[in-house]
Amino acid sequence: MNPFEYTRASSRHEAATMAAGGATFIAGGTNLLDLMKLEVMTPERLVDINRLDMDDIETTADGGLRIGAMVRNSDLAANDMVRSTYPVLSRALLAGASGQLRNKASTGGNLLQRTRCYYFYDTAMPCNKREPGSGCQAIGGATRLHAIFGASDHCIATHPSDMAVALQALDAQVEVESATGDVRTVELESFYRLPGNTPHIETELKPGDLITAVIVPPAKGRRQTYRKVRDRASYAFALVSVAGVIDMSDGRIAHASLAFGGVAHKPWRNTEIEQMLVGETPSPNVFVRVADALLRDAEAQGDNAFKIKLLHRTLCAVLTELTEG
Amino acid sequence: MTLHLKMDDRDDRYRLDDMVQGLVGTATDRPEGKLKVSGKASYAMDALPDDVCHGVLVRATITHGKLRNMDTEAVKVLPGIRTVITGKRMLRNPAQGMAGKAPIQGSDDIAYFGQPIALVVADTLEQARHGALVLRLELEAKGDAVVNPHDPEASVEKPKTEQVLIGDLDEAMKKAAFTVDQHYTTPGHSSAAMEPHASVAHWHGDSVTLRGSYQMLAYNRAELADALGISEKNVRILAPYVGGGFGAKLGISPEAVAAALASKELGVPVAVSMTRQQVFETTMRRSETNQRIRLAADGNGLLTGIGHEALVSNLPGEDFSEPVTQATRFLYRGENREIVHKIARVHRTCAGSVRAPGEAVGLTVLEIAMDELAEKAGIDPVELRKKNIPDQDPTDQIPFSSHTLAEALDEGARRFGWDKRNPKPRATRDGEWFVGIGMASAVRVNMLIESQARVTLSADGRAMIETDMTDIGTGTYAILGQIAGEMLGLPMEDVETRLGDTEFPPASGSGGSFGAASNGTAVMLGCEEIRRQLCKKLDCQDSDMTLKGGYAIVGNKRIALREVLDGDTLVGEGHVQPGKAEKKVRQATYGSYFAEVGVNSVTGETRLRRMLGVFAAGRILNAKTARSQCLGGMTFGIGMALTEELIHDRRDGHLVNHDFAEYHLPVNADVPQIEVVLLEERDEWANPLQAKGIGELGICGAAASIVNAIYNACGVRVRQLPATLDKVIDGLDEPA
Ligand SMILES: Cc1cc2nc3c(=O)[nH]c(=O)nc-3n(C[C@H](O)[C@H](O)[C@H](O)COP(=O)(O)OP(=O)(O)OC[C@H]3O[C@@H](n4cnc5c(N)ncnc54)[C@H](O)[C@@H]3O)c2cc1C
Ligand code: SF4
Repeated sequence: MNPFEYTRASSRHEAATMAAGGATFIAGGTNLLDLMKLEVMTPERLVDINRLDMDDIETTADGGLRIGAMVRNSDLAANDMVRSTYPVLSRALLAGASGQLRNKASTGGNLLQRTRCYYFYDTAMPCNKREPGSGCQAIGGATRLHAIFGASDHCIATHPSDMAVALQALDAQVEVESATGDVRTVELESFYRLPGNTPHIETELKPGDLITAVIVPPAKGRRQTYRKVRDRASYAFALVSVAGVIDMSDGRIAHASLAFGGVAHKPWRNTEIEQMLVGETPSPNVFVRVADALLRDAEAQGDNAFKIKLLHRTLCAVLTELTEG
Repeated sequence: MTLHLKMDDRDDRYRLDDMVQGLVGTATDRPEGKLKVSGKASYAMDALPDDVCHGVLVRATITHGKLRNMDTEAVKVLPGIRTVITGKRMLRNPAQGMAGKAPIQGSDDIAYFGQPIALVVADTLEQARHGALVLRLELEAKGDAVVNPHDPEASVEKPKTEQVLIGDLDEAMKKAAFTVDQHYTTPGHSSAAMEPHASVAHWHGDSVTLRGSYQMLAYNRAELADALGISEKNVRILAPYVGGGFGAKLGISPEAVAAALASKELGVPVAVSMTRQQVFETTMRRSETNQRIRLAADGNGLLTGIGHEALVSNLPGEDFSEPVTQATRFLYRGENREIVHKIARVHRTCAGSVRAPGEAVGLTVLEIAMDELAEKAGIDPVELRKKNIPDQDPTDQIPFSSHTLAEALDEGARRFGWDKRNPKPRATRDGEWFVGIGMASAVRVNMLIESQARVTLSADGRAMIETDMTDIGTGTYAILGQIAGEMLGLPMEDVETRLGDTEFPPASGSGGSFGAASNGTAVMLGCEEIRRQLCKKLDCQDSDMTLKGGYAIVGNKRIALREVLDGDTLVGEGHVQPGKAEKKVRQATYGSYFAEVGVNSVTGETRLRRMLGVFAAGRILNAKTARSQCLGGMTFGIGMALTEELIHDRRDGHLVNHDFAEYHLPVNADVPQIEVVLLEERDEWANPLQAKGIGELGICGAAASIVNAIYNACGVRVRQLPATLDKVIDGLDEPA
């Protein structure tokens, strides 16, 4: 571990100012500390945001939810509003990590957790995300965990969060406070970036930007689910996952939002296939057509070729489940 | 006085059955259990001395080549750094089990990615870790490193003793009514014990004391002495508690030698614990295996031939090779037999003993092939196995010491409800899930290893056992206390067991499932010697003396032991050695597994629903710890079947998934209710306890029952373990 200084921030402004000067926020620390021990991340200054008043879950004027950045994953999953109105979010949270980790993990930290690419975690390996310009050792190597959408020649990593996939399907926004005190909201869809030739830049956040909350608009459908496919029954990252929010009217699909995890550098969304579903009477043929359309752009990286078929089948199963009855 | 026994013949005395204390065999709690669950049992890195320094190993980041130089000066100026150790005494890799001498040493020649080549020592662990991570190495890579066993450039050896050729298997295959000829692979595995490899070394003059996490102290002492170039008398190893070993702690590992070298240089105690990543990269892995099985059977399903070919790998210069075909020699009949064993030299982490070397992967594959034969021949899998139990060891032509496979198969089938199985795949559905059941045989060779123990019965009537035996979580403290209590007629609380100190008589150590039987026999012999001395005091024959509850009963007299001892302390040492018995008969433990799985028809995910294991291992010494061993073995079987796999980068052989996030051991949610049934048995050929090893039996073949259940569930035959969903999904839509 790199020697570092530690400060507990007493205000958001203080925290943001310190971060603008090069310090790194620490929330639950469940990802950051692991990375620091391996010296994958080597911050010289840590600013602790745990005591900043950011752990409320409130209803917004339009009937949505404002989730403070420091709300723990366990608390969020257990919240009554979330369980009744946004079950997709609750399920996604509970499908992630383990009980102990969820008790510590925060909403903001979860959004910003780093990839689980094996090569990113090993400082002996070239990795453009860890060390820009050094190369990508994952390409041509062990790629079971890697992306089938939106990868580049510079990075083929995936974003590992389950929670973010559900939030993506719920059209969530991220509330950000900058060091100057400006507060802005960013659509989750544009919050994350694809790797391109700058895989080390993962989000639209600028130095000093503090995530203060996540805002979820009223759900556009009551039929919700999160399906995570993984190598063991618990405590494994998603090979693929599907978050679905569907609304039906008169036997037809009135609304569909779908997001996919484990397949891209960000929670993947494809509005074209959502549009294809609207107005359709659910049927296996429709679902296969939609899944075909989604996977048209998929590109395998060797070991992860199975993800294409797996996602296809999982999507069809999720759509069947959500449109039944 | 020492009572010696060389196991040349069967022992029909049933000595323990004569005793009346009623301890042996019962589900006695571990005497040290409370210490463990309350965190008071001190493992290697607990209770560190105040003046301790911390060392962190530095690894080679090339696959094959030379260490030219390292910039130690730049590291030495960092805060807290005390020294950097490197050089010709550093271990290249751990010693193999029971080597008794140092493995290849020296940090200049690099043979695999991850090889420890230096130790950075500092005042704190954090400082040392930082120093180790930033130490700049000048490495010169050789371009030709072979990292894959299948590489045509790999040099391949065929150890003579491992090959078998009896009759004409090709001919038998031609004539057979039913045949199976298939290739299978199993990946590498890591022991992945909870407690990482750790050592705290401290010198006093010319002598070093090492507190470590090791399985076989008598051997480890010799290995450490050899590595340091000092006499064994100057080495003491302490390992009172060991947080799991599973083979990876059989031999001394690089951190122990590095800690000793650093402590010598600095004159203070030095503690070195491996990180989880280092445990994966630098301690023993189980070799991946490539296997081919050929089975020839007549129209009734009787085997006429068995072929088993295996390709395994290890580093150049290592003599261990995963004994994949060990049980194939004798498990099933067949007059034509061919065993081919090959070892490829590769530059990967050293291969050694991990969780039942041999049968764990070899039997698993054989038992998948047997399932394929049952399917082809249209014979029930349980029946097929029972039919093919041989009358004697068909390879070595010697009788079996005892044989319980048929009983284990019948008992398992009955308890599991095997008769309700539909042999047709995809016959049972539960919503989205295909449900199926499968079974497999269990077998593990049994061994006896030289072992000694000292038993002291002190004047107050309490007994103490001393031996350098270890308890690696297996229950040694419990069973040794039970044996002594039984033999001397004492309740558990009147027997104290001291383990894990090389000052005590040298034991077999824990490995190969032989610890309980070997060291337990030494304790029993020590107790027999004490009984002899008591008889002398009481002027009676042993057969006329009953010891119970702290009393001696002779004729119609009941005398407190304290009174018999009359101020004396009696000491009895026991010493057992293997003898001719192991050549005269084939000794093994047997069992059966039955498993029910669900295979998701959408994703190909497999989840185990229930599992049963029935085992016979001679006399069961402690019903509770024996059951726990079997539960653990079967849990490893679940991992082997479904998730566990060391992934090596195909270009440089380095271990890619070297932590618990990505090396997928089964977690609680993967382990449903498992039932264990232990069969009553005595094996007179094994030892005077008539007990056999049980530690490893529960993994041998376990994975096959799950893989066979997958086939029964969904009609997909997985021949490349583990059966992750990508190996299943493609077959789900094909006609079953
Ligand atoms: C073994 C293991 C298994 C796991 N399995 C899963 C899984 O299956 N699914 C899953 O989704 N996750 C999984 N996780 C990841 C876990 O969800 C994350 O580690 C956790 O959500 C991170 O939250 P944290 O508060 O601890 O973040 P930290 O570790 O404290 O921070 C993470 C990053 O976010 C930044 N940050 C934190 N808060 C803010 C803020 N308010 N504003 C700006 N920046 C901020 C930090 O600077 C840091 O860079 C697993 C983790 C482990 C260790
Ligand atoms: S995929 Fe991305 S994270 Fe992984 S090695 Fe390549 S650049 Fe690094």
